[in-house]
Amino acid sequence: MKKTILAFALLVAITANAQNEKYVTVMQKNIVLMDSAKSTQDFQSAANAFERVGDAEKTQWLPYYYAGLALARAGWIDKNLDKDANSAKINALCDKAEAIEKNAEICTIRNMAATQQMLVDPQTRWQTYGQSASAALEEGIKLDPNNPRLYYLQGMNVFGTPEAYGGGKKNAKPIFEKAVELFKSFQAKPLYPNWGQNEAARMLAQCQ
Amino acid sequence: MLAILMLVGVYYKLSAQIIISGKIKDTKGHPVAGASISLKSTYDGATSDSAGAYYFSTNEKGEQVFAVTCVGYNAFEQKIAIGKDPIKIDVSVKEQLSELKAVTITAGTFAAGDSKRGAVLSSLDVATTAGSNADITAALKTLPGAQQVGEQEGLFVRGGAGYEAKQYIDGTLVNNPYYSSVPDIAQRGRFSPFLFKGTVFSTGGYSALYGQALSSVVLLESIDLPEKSEIDATISPLVIGAGTQQLAKDKKYSWGASYNYVNVGPYFSLVKQTPDYFKLPQFHSGDANFRIKTKNGGMIKYYTTFSYSQLGLRRPDIDSAYYKNAFGLTNHNWYNNLSWREHLSNGWKMNLAAGYSTNNDDILQQVQGQNNKPLQFDYPAAWWMQAKNFTLTNRQDLSQVKAVFEKKLGGISYLRFGSEYQYAYNSTLFNDTLHKFSDNYMALFAESDIYITNELAAQLGLRFENSSILGKADLAPRVSLAYKTGEHAQISAAYGIFYQKPENAQLMYTTNLGYTKAAHYIINYQKMTRDQVLRIEAYYKKYDNLVEMAPLSYNYYSYNNNGDGYAKGVELFWRDKKTFKNFDYWISYSYLDTKRQFLNYPMQLMPTFAAKHTASIVAKRFFTDIKMGANLTYSFATGRPYYNFMIDNAKFFIADQGMTKDYHSLNFSAEYVPSVGKKNARTFVVLFASVTNLLGYNPVYGYNYSYSGLVKQPIEPPAKRFYFIGCFLSWGVDRSQDAINNNL
Repeated sequence: MKKTILAFALLVAITANAQNEKYVTVMQKNIVLMDSAKSTQDFQSAANAFERVGDAEKTQWLPYYYAGLALARAGWIDKNLDKDANSAKINALCDKAEAIEKNAEICTIRNMAATQQMLVDPQTRWQTYGQSASAALEEGIKLDPNNPRLYYLQGMNVFGTPEAYGGGKKNAKPIFEKAVELFKSFQAKPLYPNWGQNEAARMLAQCQ
Repeated sequence: MLAILMLVGVYYKLSAQIIISGKIKDTKGHPVAGASISLKSTYDGATSDSAGAYYFSTNEKGEQVFAVTCVGYNAFEQKIAIGKDPIKIDVSVKEQLSELKAVTITAGTFAAGDSKRGAVLSSLDVATTAGSNADITAALKTLPGAQQVGEQEGLFVRGGAGYEAKQYIDGTLVNNPYYSSVPDIAQRGRFSPFLFKGTVFSTGGYSALYGQALSSVVLLESIDLPEKSEIDATISPLVIGAGTQQLAKDKKYSWGASYNYVNVGPYFSLVKQTPDYFKLPQFHSGDANFRIKTKNGGMIKYYTTFSYSQLGLRRPDIDSAYYKNAFGLTNHNWYNNLSWREHLSNGWKMNLAAGYSTNNDDILQQVQGQNNKPLQFDYPAAWWMQAKNFTLTNRQDLSQVKAVFEKKLGGISYLRFGSEYQYAYNSTLFNDTLHKFSDNYMALFAESDIYITNELAAQLGLRFENSSILGKADLAPRVSLAYKTGEHAQISAAYGIFYQKPENAQLMYTTNLGYTKAAHYIINYQKMTRDQVLRIEAYYKKYDNLVEMAPLSYNYYSYNNNGDGYAKGVELFWRDKKTFKNFDYWISYSYLDTKRQFLNYPMQLMPTFAAKHTASIVAKRFFTDIKMGANLTYSFATGRPYYNFMIDNAKFFIADQGMTKDYHSLNFSAEYVPSVGKKNARTFVVLFASVTNLLGYNPVYGYNYSYSGLVKQPIEPPAKRFYFIGCFLSWGVDRSQDAINNNL
């Protein structure tokens, strides 16, 4: 009898642990999948895999965050991707993530989605999408003023704006400096977002 | 212990993997790539590849929900039972109807605006089109379909006269969209392009929501709340002005007012004008508005503008070598527009609008001697001279209400219906004789946008109109279709019947007239990407029941509806922002073949306002580093016919006719925007300069004939060139964003 109880307890423990282990393993696997993705198709597969995890877990915001990040990365590399549709999907994922937890990391994804939509036609979209892109960053800074990725993205926005309109290297430099500084002391929890440090350093080098 | 191991062994054994695979296709059998396939509430699933194929393995058992989702397609779900065998599921997903993806009806329609889908011009394009000097009509004249008519105001569209084109603001008709006519000099529109966020220029086949225009409608949509409070000022040798927009702190309402004063005196002393102005043109205009955002996201808007102007000019009289012909005009105009747009529940929307306008012209026409004193002539011995001596006071009032309800049907299809009522009052005091009449005009209309698929859409409309002064009703059907032939390409077609009341000057003498009528047949091909637009449009237009004049005696005529005519043509539009960096240009070309018998035309003739070939090239470039923009417009039109109709045996005949020479005009404008991009700039400055007809070409718009028919004089503009310089200042809002939007 004792043995049976023990066996049963062990099974439950294994199952529960297996579940958590499974989440961690699958997430790690998917992050690798995303980081090694080369094509839109690869990024979409990764995003779909993350979204499945999110839908199954129901209480984790990270899978949705990563699904959005994968799609945003597809947006950066794929010129022909329909940015409006892609960003709509990204924002829908951000909505799902924020329903679980509202945080600065999700704001970075929203910023990228809006920026990509703006870049489709800066002339006519500057006012609408350009503004939602900066609004997302401001919101993020309110939630976590020390998140280095927010400053990296802000730097990118300034860097991409012509000098005559208040952008350019000179104006972007102090923002990248702040990002690099914050990355130095930034410690990511396991599975949590941990990208941008190298990019920020590289951009800062370009501003010299 | 063994038992434990066994149990664990059983647990893992249960996890034997089952393979699920298949293909995802759309309803037409094309593979759908990137679809997400999953077993709901599990981690298991896959993404379809470029051939639509997917494949994954799962440890799940028993009943599961198999789900497919893909952007742009309806979601698919199915219960499946997982046993021991591999599962193969092929799924056909249905494309979602989406307003972003769906085809738009473009036959006959040029949309301009910042948010409009399929917009060809943005609002700022209107202001920065060289030669337009921020006049909406002048900018629209660079689009295909419109003629380069310089001697009178109005849009002459596809063989139609200027009065066949009507303007609507927020759904209601504008009775006097231009400053009052001056013989042989085109006048500007009364409304600034900056009042509007969207403009639709329809060159035919327009919606059943509008009527009483045989050729064209220009639909203007006023802006909602301003972005910020501001104060602005205009300083120029021609005009000074000041205004303010105040936005409430909670951004729920705003109000504004402005005043402008135009005095061309200093300008005319520098730039010589052909006519002798005995009263220099002066315009006072003021406007005011309020806008309120309602609880459900609707808008209530009120706009009013008042203007007062006067001018007087003298030209040599055509019937004699010694006399002069003097024309004086004083105009008062008051325009009001109130509209309420509201979202109701259950997918209903409501647009209510009311308008009141009154326009009063006091005109003095006089033959004068060398000493500029009025001369009187014998009547009837020299009636044609005495006919040039008169005073005319003309008043036009229009009161109107309009209601449009819109209901969203399934998907993205809509049903719209409503009614409008106009009460028009006109009185004309000609010398001592008072003519007055009023008309109660009522219309009922219904229209439905039906999307069969994302590729195929139809718009069906019907309009019923009744005019009390004519005592007649009409029924005008409108149909358009659009079919998407590729990702960016589509074909549209439109058909419609359009009715219009005869002009006031005719109704003043007789109400025994019926509607004039036009039928439009239009086919259009459009290819549009973000940076390039190509449009080709062909049309045929048939005119019936045009108003014709029959001579009675002296300058009295009877009017009937026996006129008719046609217009057919091909038009081309190409806009390209991509090929040359920072350089934006468009090219329009119109071929027009039209003849009509109307007014005093004794037979079907090509009208004086029609040119066979018309073309425009508009180019814009903004130089970011020097914060300056430069714009060029070149317009060309082949010669237009001119006629001298004389009367013999109570019938008109052509005493003389000819063709004017070709028309060319090269216009230039430049803007300097020093505060562009300065973050949080408090003061915003735009310096603007323009000159028309750079090459100094002498245009001839037609000829005026003497009573005898022996003398003809060319109709030419009052000055070869028009120059403008101005400084626009605003405090509060950073308008540089407008400039960036347009030029980044």
